[in-house]
Amino acid sequence: MSAAITIPIYLLVALAAMVATAKSVEPGYATHGVIIMLSCFIAIGATIRSMKFKADGSLVRQPVPQDRYMDDVIRAGVIATVFWCIVGLAAGLYVALQMAFPALNLGEYTSFGRLRPVHTSAVIFAFCGNALIASSFYVVQRTCRARLAFGNLAWFVFWGYQLFIVLAASGYVLGITQSKEYAEPEWYADLLLTVVWVAYLAIYLGTLIRRSEPHIYVANWFYLSFIVTVAMLHVVNNLAIPAGWSGKSYSAFSGVQDALTQWWYGHNAVGFFLTVSFLGMAYYFVPKQAERPVYSYRLSIIHFWALIFMYIWAGPHHLHYTALPDWAQTLGMVFSIMLWVPSWGGMINMLMTLEGAWDKIRTDPIIRLMVLSLAFYGMATFEGPLMSIKTVNSLSHYTDWTVGHVHAGALGWNGMLIFAMVYFLVPRLWNRDRLYSIRMVNWHFWTATLGIVLYCASMWVAGIMQGLMWREYNPDGFLVYGFAEVIAAMGPFYLIRALGGLLYLSGGVIMVVNVWRTIRGDVRKEAPFAEMPAYDPARDVPLAPKATAVQHQPAE
Amino acid sequence: MRFKKFSHRTIEKNATLLLVLSLLVVTIGGIVEIAPLFYVQNTIEKVEGMRPYTPLELAGRNIYIREGCYSCHSQMIRPFRDEIERYGHYSLAAESMYDHPFQWGSKRTGPDLARVGGRYSDEWHVQHLKDPKSVVPESIMPGYAFLAERDLNTQRITPDLKALRVAGVPYTDEDIEKAEADLKAQADPDADAEDLQKRYPKAQVRDFDGNPQRLTEMDAVVAYLQMLGTLVDFSAYVQAQESERGAR
Repeated sequence: MSAAITIPIYLLVALAAMVATAKSVEPGYATHGVIIMLSCFIAIGATIRSMKFKADGSLVRQPVPQDRYMDDVIRAGVIATVFWCIVGLAAGLYVALQMAFPALNLGEYTSFGRLRPVHTSAVIFAFCGNALIASSFYVVQRTCRARLAFGNLAWFVFWGYQLFIVLAASGYVLGITQSKEYAEPEWYADLLLTVVWVAYLAIYLGTLIRRSEPHIYVANWFYLSFIVTVAMLHVVNNLAIPAGWSGKSYSAFSGVQDALTQWWYGHNAVGFFLTVSFLGMAYYFVPKQAERPVYSYRLSIIHFWALIFMYIWAGPHHLHYTALPDWAQTLGMVFSIMLWVPSWGGMINMLMTLEGAWDKIRTDPIIRLMVLSLAFYGMATFEGPLMSIKTVNSLSHYTDWTVGHVHAGALGWNGMLIFAMVYFLVPRLWNRDRLYSIRMVNWHFWTATLGIVLYCASMWVAGIMQGLMWREYNPDGFLVYGFAEVIAAMGPFYLIRALGGLLYLSGGVIMVVNVWRTIRGDVRKEAPFAEMPAYDPARDVPLAPKATAVQHQPAE
Repeated sequence: MRFKKFSHRTIEKNATLLLVLSLLVVTIGGIVEIAPLFYVQNTIEKVEGMRPYTPLELAGRNIYIREGCYSCHSQMIRPFRDEIERYGHYSLAAESMYDHPFQWGSKRTGPDLARVGGRYSDEWHVQHLKDPKSVVPESIMPGYAFLAERDLNTQRITPDLKALRVAGVPYTDEDIEKAEADLKAQADPDADAEDLQKRYPKAQVRDFDGNPQRLTEMDAVVAYLQMLGTLVDFSAYVQAQESERGAR
């Protein structure tokens, strides 16, 4: 869009933010007004700076280099991914430590209730979201053999998305929330995200349409479905009535309708933001890194349509035994169990892609990350259907088992795949021969893996124990444990969980160093990660038969 | 009749078709599951005793939301023996009919609060919110002492009620007009609250935070906690259910 249109729009938004700031009755919303205003001015400045003028004052039209991929925005996206990874994991470690040591709640702005959404949003939307936007831009250009559509709109998507994250995270700390899990930001941040997301969809679809390849590669089906479904979920679940100029809003739905709308959203945020999209990522990066074609084209068609169709139905399993009607709960459960099949369809297709390249698991730590990611995908998508069975859910719901389950998915499947993607992309995007250190990738792999094991195991034990203690009766028919006793019993497990988080975060720090040095152009002097020993003719001789072996032969 | 053989290639070669079809496929589940909830009887039935929140309760509820209490406390009692014994009668859909948004929660790091109203004294709540460990040594809840130090913002309440009315909560013109006065009156032991209690039956009127000179955020939060689960009279409800069963 030309600056003649964008600058007035930015000015109008800045004006609205100024009025809202002046009329706000709470400091948190005023802070947001100022942030939005400043962002608009920065955007105007950036727009003007990007324009070039001739000596006579007329504008120079800069041609878009159609023979180059648009990679600047992807480079920025990879850096943002690594940055938000550390923020999200550190916030997670802090809230985990708060549960073990409540004294770490240092007052209003650092209480668990306010920091917990900072952790969830930073990991899901900032870390995974940036990884998805960056990787999808990379994949769509390569598989379509076309430059991104709509020029600098991709930059608007990138910066608009970062602004959304800043508004969301600062809002939680300041006490601004809609209280819908994973959809906490208030209406104005939601509106911003809607605009950004529509632009993202336009770029993605536009690039697909101008592709040079006859077919749309399978990774793009997944990315496209993710983008369009998240748009639908986001808009419907965030329908709300703003309360005047106060900045706060009230959900358009109430009670049971609101609950199911929220978990229809919440479950499919997992389904599409963290599963379908990541399958898209896997469908590009796994075959690339393994240098093998996708195992089955037919399987990818079947599991794609089955997966996106069934996922949507599974939301009610978050509301088992609540005031939601039984038929809806049962329907949700049935679809959740069926979902196991297309989920594993994807896992099998990816693992079978490694057929003939399995030796690389010893020699290539990036393949190692991918295989572990897929293994966790398989485990989490087996555990999920299991927990959606009403009988199991009656025990697991409201407990830490659920927390363990989501972390098997987020740390195992999403995290590991993103790490693999980052290690794949950084040398290519910055035009380096290889990563700074391959051995550090291996260190990252092991610290992260150990971290997940501690995390999930402690949460399984804690969750199941919690569920059993709550419902335990003595022979006289009285409840055995008071609620406080159950909390006390959780202490050691919360500590182990925090340790797991610390390990996973250390892995992230190793990645930061590795990415940083790779971008700088450094190459670590290190023994190759795996190499065949050099040929030594002296060792290429038969071994002399051992004398002892003869003695032990049974006598005839 | 002869049909042209369908091939997935058609979809793979047309980005717009792919977009439209994938969107269609994901809309079905949501429509089938969510739309009926706006029509079927047991999700829209009214239960005697339910009324919109008073302005003070609503302000308290907004602080409850602001502090992210739902991260650790559910407000949804499931129909299991242990939950009913621990927390009270299982929750009904109608009990959250005025909850924009709902607060059912998803995790019980702390206990369920759907029926916490009237279980503890105001003094207990104030003490517990200021320093949870002082009354429950095992507690890992953060302290909220600042609530008692901060005056409740009264400017926001009228737009709050107006917005909720747009969303479908039956506040009357009078309720909205008197919102700010109601907000102050409910926490003022000397105020004449007859009119308030007529419009909001069972509204509890007193100073909640032990500091009658000031209207603080603590007043609002305690007022909200003390009304949770107190509106529906379950002794009558259970009796009616049993006699209905007997009649069958």
